[in-house]
This record gives sequence, structure tokens and C-alpha cells, in this order.
Amino acid sequence: MLSPKVAIVDYGVGNLFNVQRALESIGANAAISSDSAEILGAERLVVPGVGAFAEGMKGLQERGLAGPIREFAASGRPILGICLGAQLMLTHSEEHGTHAGLDLVKGLVVALRQPVSGGEQYKIPQIGWNSLRLPDYASGSLWDNTILRGLTGEPSVYFLHTYITTLHDPRASIAVTEYGHDRFCSVFQSKNISGIQPHPERSGQVGLQILKNFLEQ
Amino acid sequence: MSNIRVIPRLDIKGHCVVKGIQFDGFRVLGTAEMFAEAYYANGADEIIYQDTVASLYQRDVDLDVVRAVARKVAIPLTVAGGIKSTANIRSILRAGADKVAINTAAVAEPKLLRDAVKMFGSQCIVSSIEAHRRPLGKLEVWTDFGRQSTGIDAFEWAKRVVDEGVGEIMLTSIDREGSGRGYDLEMISLFATALPVPIIACGGAGTVADVVNAAKLGSADAVSASSIFHHFYSDAQHAGVSLRGRYELRLESELDSGNVDFLQKGYGGLRDIQVTPSSIPGVKRAMREAGLSVRIEATGGEYAVS
Repeated sequence: MLSPKVAIVDYGVGNLFNVQRALESIGANAAISSDSAEILGAERLVVPGVGAFAEGMKGLQERGLAGPIREFAASGRPILGICLGAQLMLTHSEEHGTHAGLDLVKGLVVALRQPVSGGEQYKIPQIGWNSLRLPDYASGSLWDNTILRGLTGEPSVYFLHTYITTLHDPRASIAVTEYGHDRFCSVFQSKNISGIQPHPERSGQVGLQILKNFLEQ
Repeated sequence: MSNIRVIPRLDIKGHCVVKGIQFDGFRVLGTAEMFAEAYYANGADEIIYQDTVASLYQRDVDLDVVRAVARKVAIPLTVAGGIKSTANIRSILRAGADKVAINTAAVAEPKLLRDAVKMFGSQCIVSSIEAHRRPLGKLEVWTDFGRQSTGIDAFEWAKRVVDEGVGEIMLTSIDREGSGRGYDLEMISLFATALPVPIIACGGAGTVADVVNAAKLGSADAVSASSIFHHFYSDAQHAGVSLRGRYELRLESELDSGNVDFLQKGYGGLRDIQVTPSSIPGVKRAMREAGLSVRIEATGGEYAVS
């Protein structure tokens, strides 16, 4: 049975237990950890997290985890950032000021655009199910070698966010999602670094498939 | 347009799902796990777990029951009932909840919402507002699961909780709750069109049309219903597979209390049911036919960690 050793980075932000539970349900040996040796000893790394970007970076730095994550990334082993964890992979965020991220993937975190007043009915944060679509540049086979392998059509996943990722290299974006005035990168993959804005651990079978693909990478 | 979320709501007493009328006269319908599993497999977009007595009896939510429910589902779980502190929220999230909804303690101490938002993020903190319509039409906030009047205007309170940073509002009409007479559309529409955060409409769904109307006419961002789903999925004839046969109602512990007669006597007593049962896909089909956007695919399968 497939049971790669996965470390889930605990940096004091958000709910890690559902990520762990979801990974275990598909056969991973998943441990929640803020210990740099344990993180560096894992075969796969998941950086989950919800909440504010600055708090997230602060949480990583206070625990001395930014360095070990970069080191893990440099080793070529797969890393998956989820929600805030995906945003932290980028260079900067504009959430409440400008804050530096881990800079593993070149890009910027910006806010979803607000509805223009008068009659427009969409709410911020985006809370709920929305579709993953192929980016404009891509052909139908784009997902074959990514964490989205095996998904067909425009699968629905669960979003819970106010900020979005924008990448310097548009081809690192492997799925886009439309919400309000934005068509944004909802999943990216750059070499061994993947990031997903929605929550695969709460997205039913589709989400579990994404996590399974990550384990099999 | 965003997808309208369809959210079955489990009213919990002990480890069982109960259903009352206007938050009173609870009947036991089955175990929390049983319903959670059925709803996940049949395409629920989220699940609301409402402890019906925690606030009233000043108890904490039973984390073992939250854990058991969370284990059955891979969709978001919101837990409500008797939440008093950020420490309390942390333990509920650790038990597997994705969000918590707070009413009574927030009315007593609004700072709790702000503190919780700062600590866990606004996407995690839901304000639960339970409103009672006074004779002249004024909407008043009630606490302790419909037991305690506060004199606070519900709409003013809603604006306040948005300022405190909550990510969502779960809006229940106490008057309609359990009645099957339909949602309070006037109230839902007022809140949903004026406030910048998503509104979950609760209380009153008796038919599929009621649920459609909450979104279509009430502009709700999410619709919650309990009886119409509970009665559908607990009836073997509807659900296809008898859920009751697969679960021991009493598990190993004593039943908290509550009226189990309804359960023991089966589901033949249609006179007692105030609603027209429907499946979750049935509701979603009707919503789509009404021009609303919903997530259709069922998640299917079983999600359980051994």
C-alpha cells in the first residue's frame, strides 16, 4: 500500500486536522509538525493554512520554518501549498500592506476585485464551490502530469478566500477559476512546487483525487 | 454567478439528530454520523452541526460527536452551539470542524467575534443570528437557541458582526423554524442584498419550492434545510438503502434525553411530518431549473478513516 511520509507544516495558522485526516484516508503516513528535522526528513511536504498572509509568514519565521521549507524545495521533493499555504509560496502579497513570501514561485498575491456598486450580486470572501478550468494557453492534456491528473470536465472544488495568486509565468498556472470580475490562477505547478487555492481536503472525491495525485508524484 | 450552496443542518442533542418546531419539542431521528454520511454521499455542499442544548445548559459541544461526524465527510463542516471562547473554538476546529458559528456568546461579548477572526481568519467565523419577528414586524435577536429575548434589532446586529469581521451569517427565523411554512423571505432578502458577506438562509423549508425561493426571491447565498432532507433519507423507501439498519442508534452511551417514540414507531406517521421530503439532488435539480447555479455532481462513495 502506498504510504509516503508526509509532513504537514504546523505554523500556528488554521485547521490542519482535516488535511491530515484526508491524507490518511488515501493511505499517506501524515504527521503534523513544526520540527525542522522532521520536515526535512519527509518525502512530501504540505503547507496548509487559512488566515492572513502576514500572520502566516510570521508564524513560519517564529518557528524557524521558512529556511527548512526552502531547503526542502531545493531538494526537489514535492511540496503542496493549500490556500494561504499556496499564497505563501509566492514572492509578495498585497494583503494589508506589502509582505514578502517564501518566493519559491515568482508571483504576487492580490485581493479579489470588489463588486462595482449597484446590483452586482457576488460576495467577498468567495465561499463555496467553483470550477477548475484549463487556462487559455493549455491543451486538453495539460493536467496529465500534474496534481490534477485524471480529473475531467470542469471539476468543482471548495473555495474560501479573499486573495488570489498571480504568477509571473502564466504557464505555471494549470487551472483557472472565474469569480466576479476575476479569472484567476486557482492551481499552479512549477517543477516540484504546487499550490492550490481551494481546499482539496474539503472538496469531496475530487479533492481526494488531487491529494492522491500529489502523493503519487 | 456563484453556486448557491445547499446545506443540510443537523440539530444535535446528545449524539443524535433531533428536530423540533420553533426550537422546541425535539424528536430523535437518528445518529449524527448516519445523517452526515448520507448527506455527504448525496451531494451536500457543506454540513451545519448545531448543538441544540449546549448554549442553554451552558455546556460545551461534545467533541467526540463532532469528531465522529467530521470523519464521515470531506466537505466543510460548521459547528454551532454554546461556543464561548477562542480556546473553545480551537478545540472544535481540532475535532474536525472547518468553521464555527456563534450566537449567544457573541451577543454577550461582541469582542469574541473580533478576537476569533484575528486568530482563525474571517472565513472560519460565522455569526449565527436567530431572529424572532415581533408583532409590529421588528426583527429581534434571540439567544440560547430561541429561549432568551435580547431587545437587539437583528439587522443592526448583522451590520455590527460584519464590522467585527465575520465571514458569513447564518440567519434563522425562529418563527418559521420547523414549521415547514417556508423561509422568512422578507428577512432573508433584506440581509442578503444589503450585507457584503454571504447569508445562509435557515428555518422554515417545507418543500423544494421553499428552498428555491430562498435563493431566487430571497437572494440567499446558501440555503439550509433539515426536515425535508431528514425525512427523505431516514425513510428506506426514499433513500434506497435503509440507513437505520446500518447504525445502532444508542451506540454505547445512554441517550441524552429526548423523545424517541417517533423513531421507535417508524416513519409511518405522515400526519406528524410538516414537510414534503426531498433528496439533495432533487432540490438541486429544481434550483437549476429555476435558473440558479448549483454544484450538481454528487461526491459519492464513502469517506472514512479507519
